[in-house]
Amino acid sequence: MTSYALRIAGLSWQVRLRGLAVTFGGLVLLVLLMALNMRIGDLPMTVGEVFTDTFDASSPAHFVIMELRLPRALTGALVGAALALSGAIIQSIARNPLASPEILGVTTGASVTVVAGVVVSGGVHGGVSGLLSSVGMPALALLGGLLGAVIVYGLAWRRGLDGYRLVLVGIGVAAVFTNVKYWLMTVGDVNDTAQAMVWISGSLHGRGWEHVIPVALALAVLIPLTLLGTRSLNALRFSDDTVTALGVRMNLSRALMILAAVLLAAVATASAGPVAFVALASPQIALRLIRSAQPPLLSSAIVGAVLTAGADLLARTAFSPIELPVGVVTAVLGAPYLIYLLTRIRKGRT
Amino acid sequence: MRLQAVDVKLGYGDRVIVDGLDLGVEAGTVTTIIGPNGCGKSTLLRALGRLLKPSGGEVLLDGKKISTIATKEVARILTVLPQSPSAPEGLTVADLVARGRHPHQTWYRQWSSDDEKAVGVALNMTGLSDLAERPLDELSGGQRQRAWISMALAQGTDLLLLDEPTTFLDLAHQVEVLELVRDLHAQAGRTIVMVLHDLNLAARYADRLVAMRDGSVVAAGTPHEVLTEDLIREVFDLDSKVITDPVAGTPLVVPIGSHR
Repeated sequence: MTSYALRIAGLSWQVRLRGLAVTFGGLVLLVLLMALNMRIGDLPMTVGEVFTDTFDASSPAHFVIMELRLPRALTGALVGAALALSGAIIQSIARNPLASPEILGVTTGASVTVVAGVVVSGGVHGGVSGLLSSVGMPALALLGGLLGAVIVYGLAWRRGLDGYRLVLVGIGVAAVFTNVKYWLMTVGDVNDTAQAMVWISGSLHGRGWEHVIPVALALAVLIPLTLLGTRSLNALRFSDDTVTALGVRMNLSRALMILAAVLLAAVATASAGPVAFVALASPQIALRLIRSAQPPLLSSAIVGAVLTAGADLLARTAFSPIELPVGVVTAVLGAPYLIYLLTRIRKGRT
Repeated sequence: MRLQAVDVKLGYGDRVIVDGLDLGVEAGTVTTIIGPNGCGKSTLLRALGRLLKPSGGEVLLDGKKISTIATKEVARILTVLPQSPSAPEGLTVADLVARGRHPHQTWYRQWSSDDEKAVGVALNMTGLSDLAERPLDELSGGQRQRAWISMALAQGTDLLLLDEPTTFLDLAHQVEVLELVRDLHAQAGRTIVMVLHDLNLAARYADRLVAMRDGSVVAAGTPHEVLTEDLIREVFDLDSKVITDPVAGTPLVVPIGSHR
């Protein structure tokens, strides 16, 4: 792999050309997809108008863009980036390309608390569509996501954390959560659970700045922190004895990185619901684009943002005027990808 | 003494494998631990390399309790090559060896010219410079083992602990790896502790042998002192004849079976 050393005074980094290319190429593609997405709505625009109206406060369409279309597009991109980054961390720690935040109980835990909230408040008229959906659902999702992660982590811990044990416990807990969710949906009111169902499939519909800001903040804090941990994460890919031999404080590094992954996934899920497969697929796509042996963090995040923005565009245009939840599209795209990944593993190559 | 186990008690969970063991490793020697399967040799090596925390006693590195030294600091003094280590799939030899620089790096100094030089030297010494860009999984067993040793070398420590570095290798590659170990010792006076199964190769390549059985040290000394017919019976329950290796002049153990 072509890489260059970047050295200034006592500072030094290794720069990989493919990484740079994927990052910048991805950013350009992302802006383009977001612009295409922002064209759609009651007030049709061209891509050129999207760009000019975004920066021209005097234009009549500026309000529509700033209040409706930009927040939605940004939520999609940021949620995708957060999920993908979370997936890249978890796949590195579990040393398994099939690991994702679902394994850590985050997304399934969030689904349970959101459905529970909807069912419990169901008697209150307007409870679901009003205050609950804008503030209550994200808060419940965050709480459930963190709770799910604590349960999985607690059950998987045995004098240390083993990647396989984490994956197995995670799958078990996810199955329990999923069934609790279904049970809650059967007891709930039909109209309320229909609302919950849209959230569960992962949707960007009607997302405003209140959905953008939490994810943006989480990414602003956690991207630099996880990038600082990149070297530890690379070392954590080896077997335990090698990790310690390299002078890495294994359990501490692992716990901190998992905490970051859980927070990213929980905040993302709180904003858009559990958008399927982005966390699973993005790190593996980025890894293949860059041809590295471990999921690259920054490129994974960019790929995640591009995937989600692209999927949302597809969700809004494929069956226009009917708009699908973005999670449905990512799931439809993700299922064949998962099968492809499984066949590669069966052949002994991932 | 560079490395010392003082009255250590070692085990996994409730299972005690080693109890009250003392062992000293002198600076600049190649020490090889021998003994039957399950006698605790690997366990002892892991404890010496702080991969396993003793439930009693202490491991001393240059006279200081190893548990009180920061693990990154320890990694700049000693390195451990575990038995059949595993690496992420698709990792290239150069990337693997570069990973050995981890204890010398910080987030703002990730690839200094020292790092680059150390990796180059390590690849060169192990004869892997031409294979640097090849994925590890495409190498032969002997090449792969050399790559791991190369990674340990890049770590730049003068204390190396190797757990069965010759497992799964054919005789020619076993000799190749042990020759390399001996080179490392000769070039910079590195202190090396190994676990080996082959007694004759152990005798040939070690300055000191430590014979273990049931978690205790039965004998320690030069190969001539340790490898006697009596000791081999005591440690391995095996009758043998010990003759002189016609090539190296070291003891050569010839086992006696009931059939021939």
